[in-house]
Amino acid sequence: MSLTEIRPAPPGQPKHAPPPRAKFWLYRFDTKTVPYLLIAPFFLLFAIFGLFPIVFNAIVALRNWRLDEPDERGWAGFENFSRLLTDEDFWNALGNTFGIFVLSTIPQLLIALIIANLLNRKLRGTTWWRVGILLPYVTPVAASTLVFAMFFARDYGLANWFLSLVGFGNENPIDWRAAKWSSWIAIATMVNWKWIGYNALLYLSAMQSIPKDVYEASAVDGAGPWRQLWQITVPMIQPVILFTVVLSTIGGLQLFNEPMLFDENPASASGGSDGQFQTIAQLIYKVGWKDLNLGYAAAMSWALFLIILIVAAVNALATRRLGGDK
Amino acid sequence: MTSLVNRAPQETRGNWKTYAVLATFMILSAFPVYWMFVIATSTDEKVMGFPPTVIPGDQLLVNLSEVFGMQDVFFTASLINSVIVAGVVTLTTLFFCSLAGFAFAKLRFRYRNALMIIVILTLTVPNQLGVVALYILMSRLEWNGTLLAVIAPGLVSAFGVFYMRQFIGHAIPDELIEAARIDGALTLRIYWTVVLPAIRPALAVLGLLTFVATWNDFQWPLITLNGTDFPTSMVALSDLASGNYVIYRRVLAGAFAATVPLVILLLIGGRQIVRGIMEGALK
Repeated sequence: MSLTEIRPAPPGQPKHAPPPRAKFWLYRFDTKTVPYLLIAPFFLLFAIFGLFPIVFNAIVALRNWRLDEPDERGWAGFENFSRLLTDEDFWNALGNTFGIFVLSTIPQLLIALIIANLLNRKLRGTTWWRVGILLPYVTPVAASTLVFAMFFARDYGLANWFLSLVGFGNENPIDWRAAKWSSWIAIATMVNWKWIGYNALLYLSAMQSIPKDVYEASAVDGAGPWRQLWQITVPMIQPVILFTVVLSTIGGLQLFNEPMLFDENPASASGGSDGQFQTIAQLIYKVGWKDLNLGYAAAMSWALFLIILIVAAVNALATRRLGGDK
Repeated sequence: MTSLVNRAPQETRGNWKTYAVLATFMILSAFPVYWMFVIATSTDEKVMGFPPTVIPGDQLLVNLSEVFGMQDVFFTASLINSVIVAGVVTLTTLFFCSLAGFAFAKLRFRYRNALMIIVILTLTVPNQLGVVALYILMSRLEWNGTLLAVIAPGLVSAFGVFYMRQFIGHAIPDELIEAARIDGALTLRIYWTVVLPAIRPALAVLGLLTFVATWNDFQWPLITLNGTDFPTSMVALSDLASGNYVIYRRVLAGAFAATVPLVILLLIGGRQIVRGIMEGALK
């Protein structure tokens, strides 16, 4: 951008005769208006399908808005919001969302870091490895979750079979969906499976931009690969780690697909017989489209948005501090 | 131990342990997809056997034809719908995002930087937030239950604009654009003859990423298309898995059919997808 400013005027230009009037207007139109026309589709479509729903959502949240009683619409004030405070389903879903989030984010990013560190070495078949670890990323969540739902079945499930091989749960096979801890582990496994490879590539990309002499000149004398990873590589790629932490916070707190399809009857959106793995996103869907209370669902969306903002900020600060003084 | 003293990882040759860990990771990554195939090719007896089967059977066509033949699931139509939705969204995203990216990277206009910041800010808004209102908007437009409801919100993407701006900024020298201008070319002509040919690699990357994401989208299609005759394949899959009596070999045959197109894309365009993700990290 700044290059164009310091470059002298193109030598061809002065020779041109002053353009006739029509041409002049065309030129003016082309340089003054056309740029806006080129960016207009994005802003128009975003305004209609992105911005408007968010603004409108705030209005819906302040109203009674039921799909089954269209006549009883009216302002509800903050009723929908105050109801949240005492709604056991909401707090249960919040707890589930956080539980699954912790179980999925921390292992996900740690394993991705280790895999990236290995991929950063001199390897045979570089491309092959990188493409291969993306298989989970391209596999539809709906499809993979249905596989995992079978994998974690109580009877005939592979997970229980593996456990029985090491002598665990032979008498009472684990009913993975029945308890909070087991259903959270199952769902977190699906999330980890899907996103480790993707995050590993993000880390690898950052690792490759670390200059080699940083390692050669480092004060960490004779550091093995493990110490090298924690003391040199990780602090150097901190911005990308921050990015992935924020990204997985935004994604993780909106978790929907996995708990939906892990359910024995996905159409119910109940997150297990007793809501043991119902996430907030799932509850929003249930309140809005099963209980038909869109006003309340909208209020819940706002609550979720605020929670995401706060958690993303806290996580970003924490990540920054962890690697801050390196 | 070989001498690893202060040597950059990039200079370190992977030893057998490196390969062993990576291979294990790769097998774990591939296993669910493989097992999907195993169940999709098996009979009920094998699926419900103990120990569980891990070797593919020969029932794939039987299971597939059952899925495609189911009355109220519309599986064939759903695959076609998915192709239409992902195809249209990908094409329009490529077109609109490359136009806007070109303008932001190479044209001068007032408020350019401020507008670009708005684009970047929109990247961070969680889509969950607007879902309820989007549904109400779509019902006013009478688009709910039609493919339009799924296509319209995906026509452009902030990420696409951003990615295209970065790529065009680096890939096309300003001189090239100015030379074309001196020859009297108008902006759109420059876009067509100078910009488009130079950004083919970026179009491939963005196109693949968009296609994969759109094909796999589940929540919004479920909300707007559920219970209609026009599901996408993801919605049809959740229908397959719902109900009191679920036949797993059928469900996973359906899942397999909806996954195969993406595995093929990965085989053909894997390099580009890897590149897109890795470049995205450096922004």
